[in-house]
Amino acid sequence: MPALTAEQFCHKDYSAALSPDRLVEMYEAMRLARKLDERMWVLHRQGQVAFHISGLGHEACQVGMAFALERGKDWVHPYYRDMALVLALGAQPRHEMLALFGRAEDPNSGGRQMPAHYSNRALRIVSGSSPVATQVPQAAGIAFATKLQGLDEVTVVTLGEGSTSQGDFHEGLNWAGIHHLPLIVMVENNQYAISVPQDKEMAVCNVADRGEAYDMPGVSYDGNDVLISYNVAMEAVQRARHGQGPSLLEAKTYRPVPHSSDDDDRSYRSREEVEMWKKRDPIQCYEEVLRERGVLDDAGVARIGAWIADQVDDATEYAQRAPLPRPEDALGPVYGDRRVAAPW
Amino acid sequence: MAIKTNIEALRDAMASAMRRDPSVIITGEDVGPRGGVFRATEGFYAEFGPARVIDSPLSELSIVGVGIGMALNGLHPICEIQFADFIHPAFNQIANEAAKLRYRSNGQYCVPMIIRAPWGGGISGGLYHSQSIEATFAHIPGLYVLAPSTPFDTKGLFLAAVQAEDPVLFLEHKKAYRLVKGEVPDEDYTVPIGVADVKRAGDDLTIIAYGMMLHETLQAAEALAREGISAEVVDPRTLAPLDRGTILDSVKKTGKVLIVHEDNLTGGLGGEIAAIIAQEAFVYLDAPITRLGGPDVPAMPFSHPLQDYFLPNAAKITAAARRLAAY
Repeated sequence: MPALTAEQFCHKDYSAALSPDRLVEMYEAMRLARKLDERMWVLHRQGQVAFHISGLGHEACQVGMAFALERGKDWVHPYYRDMALVLALGAQPRHEMLALFGRAEDPNSGGRQMPAHYSNRALRIVSGSSPVATQVPQAAGIAFATKLQGLDEVTVVTLGEGSTSQGDFHEGLNWAGIHHLPLIVMVENNQYAISVPQDKEMAVCNVADRGEAYDMPGVSYDGNDVLISYNVAMEAVQRARHGQGPSLLEAKTYRPVPHSSDDDDRSYRSREEVEMWKKRDPIQCYEEVLRERGVLDDAGVARIGAWIADQVDDATEYAQRAPLPRPEDALGPVYGDRRVAAPW
Repeated sequence: MAIKTNIEALRDAMASAMRRDPSVIITGEDVGPRGGVFRATEGFYAEFGPARVIDSPLSELSIVGVGIGMALNGLHPICEIQFADFIHPAFNQIANEAAKLRYRSNGQYCVPMIIRAPWGGGISGGLYHSQSIEATFAHIPGLYVLAPSTPFDTKGLFLAAVQAEDPVLFLEHKKAYRLVKGEVPDEDYTVPIGVADVKRAGDDLTIIAYGMMLHETLQAAEALAREGISAEVVDPRTLAPLDRGTILDSVKKTGKVLIVHEDNLTGGLGGEIAAIIAQEAFVYLDAPITRLGGPDVPAMPFSHPLQDYFLPNAAKITAAARRLAAY
């Protein structure tokens, strides 16, 4: 069975019930993530920080998902492009700037991990590693525990389409299918695994075509459209919460920037292709929808822009001033809250 | 106190943990109605039901990966890897995930789980049912590596492991499962993680061994005693983190040390133990630190003469200890 479209998958247009305020909140969430991301690129280019890996262009599918979840109740096991997702779930711009600068106060890891390795226990955002797709079987385990304990939490795991080549992806989905777990697997398909295009990653046209192998619906949709993304996420959440099992969602999107601050994408794709996708920018497209609906006007856009600029300035300045970790904090925690002995 | 085998003691410990704590569950290949290929979970499916005794698909990576997720969300999984030789597909989930989650989240998350793995040779298991994996995993901070060798230690260490908040690799020597018997208290007790045990006191030299090599060493110590050589036998029990104190105390007393494992010699745990002794007890040594391990071939062969040649045994240990005592 080929992948379902959003229309085939969704029983209704959930976005029709969103209030004007809620619609604008989604817009704000996308713009905040974008602005923060852009600032991080600048800080890297200025030599202020060692590394940045970007979720630029992925904001719509992430915000659509976040708005379908119950914050702090549902579990999210994200990957490194998910800044818009974690911000929309309640992480603060300061948190991610502290991580970027490797500061002691960084709530993700206290400066242990590279930036964009999101973690927040209170928000049930699970710490991830850098080897890709390891989070998929773990998320199946979280969802399995939910089911065994009779709870109604939903678990969302995200990854890029490149990561679907890993055995972890198959093995996690296999468990989810066998045990009918309340799991949502959202693949953010930006068409490249760093430099390798999709047709060198997989033989199928859609990641979601693989859903049938796990007896779960596979849905392929426009991940640059936040309202479609929200609808698909809502349908998957309803299914998971009401015992109807897992869903494999494939948000088709694009990364209009290099893989990371250490990449140069000019070596593997044309500028024409990148420019074409920039015209389909998820935030610009959504802004036009809101303007057409009369929910947003020039004054609103300017007001939101100013508020977001303040937030990003505040986060940047806060992180710049925040103290670095004490060097000896490198020794723990290992085995409970213990520290190992220093070897010198 | 009843006399039990290692696997009976293990079964008692797991059943007791599951009766006491509903968050403890078991998953792995054939752990359900079949009761495990070694019968470690015999009767568990009937007693605890399919929600707590979960047959996994045949994929070790996911047994551990799913176990990590369960541990993050309120359960305490016991993940059975059918043979230690098959654990390598799960290496990334163990080394990069379970062992690092606490550190990388600065203590926000921890992974209370036990990964059980039958290890070791001498049972005609050939290359892929005989391996020793302890050195690979003892290298990974954040992971406890336990290798009990007696029924008493098996039950006590398991009941300690199930109280730990960090991941435990629980190594069970498969040849010792039914071969080794000993007294086991009926009531629950714990053997603390990170504490070695002097299995036999002696004065002339120290022999450090675990798994089946512990039992071969105890036989060798008997033979040595008949020759007038008094060997002290130290069982580390916890391979990571090592109990340096007990090892060093023994070496300081005897001045000579032989380290025995069936894992191949190069990069084996014996090298680490030798380095600790050399650095911390150099002035107490009366002879070179000596190691006895399997040969550096890729793995243990199947055919009896080949397998037996690979493995250290009481005779080889006796000979090595005799040479060391005479140094």
